[in-house]
Order: sequence, then C-alpha cells, then structure tokens
Amino acid sequence: MSSDLRSHLGRARGLGSAKSGVHHFWVQRLTAVALIPLAVWFAVSLVTLSGADYAMVRAWIGSPFVMVLLILTIVIGLHHAQLGIQVVIEDYVHNDGAKLAMIVGVKFIAVFFGLAAAVAILRIGFGG
Amino acid sequence: MSVANRPVHRPLSPHLQVYRPQLTSVLSILHRATGIALSVGALYLATWVVFAAASPSTYATFQGFNGSIVGRFVLGGWLFSLFFHLFNGIRHLFWDMGYGFEIKEAYRSGWIVVVAALVATAASWIVGLRLV
Repeated sequence: MSSDLRSHLGRARGLGSAKSGVHHFWVQRLTAVALIPLAVWFAVSLVTLSGADYAMVRAWIGSPFVMVLLILTIVIGLHHAQLGIQVVIEDYVHNDGAKLAMIVGVKFIAVFFGLAAAVAILRIGFGG
Repeated sequence: MSVANRPVHRPLSPHLQVYRPQLTSVLSILHRATGIALSVGALYLATWVVFAAASPSTYATFQGFNGSIVGRFVLGGWLFSLFFHLFNGIRHLFWDMGYGFEIKEAYRSGWIVVVAALVATAASWIVGLRLV
C-alpha cells in the first residue's frame, strides 16, 4: 500500500510505536468477555449466600466446581482490573517516574492478592 | 524574566465544565468510576476468601463489617457497580465490533444499561434480604 509509511518488517510485526501493538487492548477485551458469565455467576451466588454462616460459606467455597469458578473470577477479575487501572494512571499521571512506580505497584498488588486468594480457596477445599 | 519564559495565557479549548452533562459522557465517566470501585472490590473479594480460610473469629470480624449499615451501603454500591460495569461493558464490546454508533442508538443502549443495572441491583437486594 502506498499510503503505509511503515517498513515491511514493521508492518508484519504489527507492534507500532508503543512496541506492544494491540496486546493490551486485546487482553482487556478477552478478560472482559470471560468475566461476563463469571460475573453473572458470582452475583447470583452472592445473593443466594445471603445469611449463610461460616460453615456454609466454607462448604460453598470448598466444593470443586466453585473452587474453579471462584479462582477464575478473582484471577481474571484482578487481571482485567490492573489493565484498566493502568490506563487510568496513564491518563492522569504525567510524571514518568511516578507513573511507572504506580503501574508496577498496581501489578504487584494484583498478583499478590490473586495468589493469596487462590491459596486460600485451595486450602479451604483441600482441608488445610 | 525573559520574554521566552513569560507565561503565555493562550485560550484553552473548552473542557468538561463548559458542557451540559449528557447521558453518553456521564455513562462513560461512570464506567471508569465503577471500574475503579470494582478493582478495590476485587481486592476485598480476595480478602474475603483469605479470612474464610483463616479462622472463624477473623471471618466473624469481616462479616461484622459487612452486616453493619456502612458495610451494607458499600456492598449495595459494589453490586450496582458490578451490574453497571457488566452491562455497559457489553455495550462497549458492541462498539468495539462496530455496532451502535448512531447517536440515537447510543442513547437507547445507554438508557437500557441504566435501567437494567438498577433493576438487577434492586432484584438482588430484595432476594438477598428475603434469604437472610
């Protein structure tokens, strides 16, 4: 195409000036689609758990099907969240150092909480 | 101060404060606001299962907050945020695929999202309270 100023290699790689192409955009949409059924399932579950005591909540969390869906909900939810918060930081924080520190901090927090939740859920399910 | 360093008061392009709020812009801002609220909510959700795994007493402390007036208000707001962000997120996915860009369609889908989020929140709340 004569209107395309990119080199053939640049066009084939498709990474653009940000060096990551549409990866961020794509993962945000992919996690969004995954969260549609998970969010509906979680909202319905939360409502039906109203008034449940400690033993009932643990029994619910520890059932195999719930363990899988709950870990998926929390981990994919946190992944989607940190991608979104990254965009918010990029929009409003203009100091490069602060921006980088905040984005890295948000990613660390997301991974820490996600792993902590997964361990907790497995511990309940496997009777630790 | 040299001429080059003197602050220049150029006219600025009109920004948020000069526009009358429109449904489209308000929902766009609300999508981001509920996204931030849900991010905090996701950390809270992770904390919930960690406390449930810890011990009955730590869980009781956590549930004590959830059952308080402030806790109920926070959970209610979180539930609305979840439904709004979910429905408006689906609206965004349709835009991503190239549908619904006409102004009339954007307003119609916007109102559908608002009503659906309010109805889903109210229905969850009513059913939840009947189970308590």
